[in-house]
Amino acid sequence: MERFANSARSDRYGSRINRDRSPWRAVSVPYITIMLASMLPFLVMADVMPVLPPLGYLMFLGWRIMRPGLLPIWVGVPLGAFDDLFSGQPFGSAILLWSLTMIVIELIESRFPWRGFIQDWFTASLGVVAYILVAMTVSGSSLTPAMIVTAVPQMALAILLYPIFAKVISRIDRFRLARARRIG
Amino acid sequence: MAPPSSRRSGFSKKAQYSVFTGYLLATLGALIGLVLLAFSLWQPAAFAPLRGAAQDAVSPVGEATATVRSGSGGVFDTIAAYWNAGSQNAALREEVEIARIRLAEAEAVVAENERLKSLLALAEGEVQPVATTRLIGSSATSSRRFAYLGVGRVDGVEVGMPVRSARGVVGRVLEVARSSSRVLLLTDTESVLPVRRASDDTVAFAEGRGDGFLRVRLINLGLNPLKEGDVLVTSGAGGYYRPGVAVAILTELTPDGGIARLMANPSATDFVSVEPIYEAVAVNASQVPVEQRIDTGTTAEAGGN
Repeated sequence: MERFANSARSDRYGSRINRDRSPWRAVSVPYITIMLASMLPFLVMADVMPVLPPLGYLMFLGWRIMRPGLLPIWVGVPLGAFDDLFSGQPFGSAILLWSLTMIVIELIESRFPWRGFIQDWFTASLGVVAYILVAMTVSGSSLTPAMIVTAVPQMALAILLYPIFAKVISRIDRFRLARARRIG
Repeated sequence: MAPPSSRRSGFSKKAQYSVFTGYLLATLGALIGLVLLAFSLWQPAAFAPLRGAAQDAVSPVGEATATVRSGSGGVFDTIAAYWNAGSQNAALREEVEIARIRLAEAEAVVAENERLKSLLALAEGEVQPVATTRLIGSSATSSRRFAYLGVGRVDGVEVGMPVRSARGVVGRVLEVARSSSRVLLLTDTESVLPVRRASDDTVAFAEGRGDGFLRVRLINLGLNPLKEGDVLVTSGAGGYYRPGVAVAILTELTPDGGIARLMANPSATDFVSVEPIYEAVAVNASQVPVEQRIDTGTTAEAGGN
């Protein structure tokens, strides 16, 4: 009997023989990673100024941009509500802003269906800078010039973090679609 | 990457409807968010139970990271000390700094004592903290400055209690959940703290600026008597904080006061203690509207309930 070459028996998602991907994992991984990224800044001690970019939003934006159609368009409501519980923002701000993000990116996508990574990075950068500024406006604090100055490093970090997040998300996506379930 | 073809609706009525429903739901979601946001800006405490439950769930993890944070801080300090001088001068410097703060506080206490004795020889006992704990987390991405404590209602923590570290005031409890609570740090722009100069009775308000500094505004305007390096302590006005606790050092002068740097950097502090409200009667009285007090015909008693 003819045998497959070893390299043909498996691909980047694992063995192709007798294995299939796990449906639970394929569905749940994006939500779990976004929720974890929302909770992570809670554990960091930032007393004098915001030090971290909104990691939950970056993760959400990354999944949306890199895997279009994976998250339903209304997903900003549950995920935003979860983010609001930990972010320190008034409840509702992330629900509003994440929902608007979903709609805006959907519109951008219908205008520019073919995009490269640099364009996606540009979109994400605009998105996260706008998010930080609007979130600051609706945070319930009285705006001072000093606050805007302290937000600049936060924005810069967010822009620089996007490629890393993109890389991490593509790794997580490989894990998400890995053939982990044994058939038969 | 092009969007997958399954999302192009084409002539299929079913696909068209599902795309339309998606947009409709997303718009509805945004509207719900807007309403919730307006409501929580109007009533900031409205969603406190929800947030509290979430904090309670995460606080064990926060305890662990807080322990690691203080441990790793120690490691870094040790390395830094070797790097700088080959000895433990980082630790000594910190000790001297605390001693200086203590000295300024003692000065304030002396002034305080003199004043009290001259008034009515009021005997003041040692304040017993409600709880001593670590700060387990903060709002690291938001422009608001909140920190979280791993103690809550079951430990006797109540809204309004002052939180202080060994170096000075950290903030005030804003929301209390079952086993965690949220603290409004002094650096938040909504935080206002009545202070006075440690050496005399120059009174002022210290407001957070949102960037780690406090804006000090003198109550009596005129010639600005403050100098750089002045230590500000709590004045006890308002009833939340007991008087004479270190708050900040003045670093810059402005026409109506100055800019001050915090004494107690919460991320540098290991343990914080939650203290009872200094004068609960005064705090309650200030929350009763004047009309109501006039109606009932009593003043302090009405507020004391």
